[in-house]
Amino acid sequence: MSNLSAKLQGLKESGRKGLIVYLTAGYPDYATTLETVLAMEAEGADVIEIGIPFSDPIADGPVIQHAATLALKAGATTAKSIELVAQIRKTSSIPLVVMTYVNSILGYGKEKFIADFVKAGIDGLIVPDLPLEEAGLLEDICTRQGIPLIGLIAPTSTVDRIKCIAQKAEGFLYCVSNTGVTGGQHNNYDQIGAVIETARQVSQIPMAIGFGIGNSQGASAAAHYADAVIVGSAILEKLTNEGVAGVRSLVRSIRETLDGESE
Amino acid sequence: MPDKNGKFGGFGGRFVPETVMPALIELEERYELLKNDTSFQEELHFYLQEYAGRPTTLYFAKNLTAHYGRGKIYLKREDLLHTGAHKINNAIGQALLARRMGKKKIVAETGAGQHGVACATVAALFGLECRVYMGKEDIERQALNVFRMRLLGTEVIPVTSGTGTLKDATSEAIRYWVTNVEDTHYIIGSVVGPHPYPMIVRDFQKIIGEEVKAQVMKCNIEKLKYIVACVGGGSNAMGMFFSFRNDKEIIKIGVEAAGKGITTNEHAASLTKGRPGVLHGAFSYLLQDDDGQIIEPYSISAGLDYPGVGPEHSFFRDNGIVEYKAVTDEEALEAFKRLARIEGIIPALESSHALAYLEEIMPKTQVDETVIVCLSGRGDKDVDMAIKVMGGL
Repeated sequence: MSNLSAKLQGLKESGRKGLIVYLTAGYPDYATTLETVLAMEAEGADVIEIGIPFSDPIADGPVIQHAATLALKAGATTAKSIELVAQIRKTSSIPLVVMTYVNSILGYGKEKFIADFVKAGIDGLIVPDLPLEEAGLLEDICTRQGIPLIGLIAPTSTVDRIKCIAQKAEGFLYCVSNTGVTGGQHNNYDQIGAVIETARQVSQIPMAIGFGIGNSQGASAAAHYADAVIVGSAILEKLTNEGVAGVRSLVRSIRETLDGESE
Repeated sequence: MPDKNGKFGGFGGRFVPETVMPALIELEERYELLKNDTSFQEELHFYLQEYAGRPTTLYFAKNLTAHYGRGKIYLKREDLLHTGAHKINNAIGQALLARRMGKKKIVAETGAGQHGVACATVAALFGLECRVYMGKEDIERQALNVFRMRLLGTEVIPVTSGTGTLKDATSEAIRYWVTNVEDTHYIIGSVVGPHPYPMIVRDFQKIIGEEVKAQVMKCNIEKLKYIVACVGGGSNAMGMFFSFRNDKEIIKIGVEAAGKGITTNEHAASLTKGRPGVLHGAFSYLLQDDDGQIIEPYSISAGLDYPGVGPEHSFFRDNGIVEYKAVTDEEALEAFKRLARIEGIIPALESSHALAYLEEIMPKTQVDETVIVCLSGRGDKDVDMAIKVMGGL
């Protein structure tokens, strides 16, 4: 079992809710990304999602778009993001999942992209613009490299699609909380909760809710339906406004809330 | 026809978030039913004919022909359509589609503003609520079209994310659609985007080439040698070429924007200088760097200023069905002025790119050969830009 699966399964068995946090690599610079990752681990994050900045991120809202634009302006490249992963691995074994768009992967070369990141130490890959129908593009490479290609389900997914995606899922299933893009504040998870229920009929894999979870309250509401919550835009906003210390306190407060809910 | 996953020999597909996949599948299913529905086709035909002004003429450009003194030049006059460009063909078709699907709202992106105006027009006609995303930079250079859209009751939303041009407006329109997919239909403006859009837009534009084919017969044109059209996303070119794709003896030429030159970094020639990748949901030729970041294109013509191109054009390119060339801003401006002076027609700067390529091919033609150029739109919208770059005449 991979580092990622082991971590999430372990949490699930012990009845704790998982906390997955997202950062854009190279925003505002790589040194800050590295420092923030380690700080988030120290505050109790279970999995880190590293976003590789892409020029045209259609699934992202203004906060992550802006972070990607600034990271690219500051000179972020795929090679430097691979180096970042290697740096994190020098001191940390926290599960790392890379999130990026298809063209980042194709542009760098799909075999090389996945092989280089795996060699540097990632544990999974999320590609939000690669639906079930197109997954064949990367599936075999991920299998050969031994990392899961994380599937996504959304409130608009039909029952057939949910089941099909859930049956194939590895690592965890990324459950998109709302129709729309990342960011914003969203506190009603009933709709995705129903989707998750359908997915659970065919899969025992950990379910993680993401998109629009910005604070403890949102995390707590989402955790009611899922095994883990994913926080992204809110982390970047904290980083922008209050620096690494702000990120620390946000992660800490969500962690405490989630642990308070776990039995 | 694309395969079941919307691929034209490997190009195309649906590289979109899961959230919109069910909507794309539904759109494809509904469209397949309507495509063969007589009442839908009759309704479409009615509006194209009575409202938009189809068929457009295939005009023998006698003066321009005399100017080159070689083969005959005909112009397919899409510029005569209501709203001034071929974009209305697709807007009418998709608005009728939206109405049949029970969607009350439409969203669109626009570059030059021609597609935005076409959507705003059909939204007014059919009582649909319309939002158009437009890059901040394009809003400045196409003030006339922005006013037209607002006058027609459409909300024009400036896009400042990324580089604030057509590609970012497209991303924003897709994001809006992802968020409001339940009650909104997205009318993409060209043969780009995820399947089934490239196929649907092509089907609504292919009437251009179908009419030309009939007109060629009627005018007794015997030696049709070249068909020329400009290519940004490629909708007028696809509309023009599609019916002729199997006519090997006719040379089809798609003309891209070379901006300040294809050896510079300032152009929009994705088929000439790009490599395949994924943008806005489709795998196709793209201007991109080694990391797959999209390179901001450049062209004097806002409608050609797009870093990608329709996937079926990529397929045509790789299979030698259509040849793709590029002309610079300067060459396009010369053609813009030439047609105005010689034929009394002010062409759109987009169409001027196709006209500019006549300089290359006319000397190679024989007097009994014919060249047809798609005059995709009229140039009124470009007058401000022309004043800026051409100065006083």
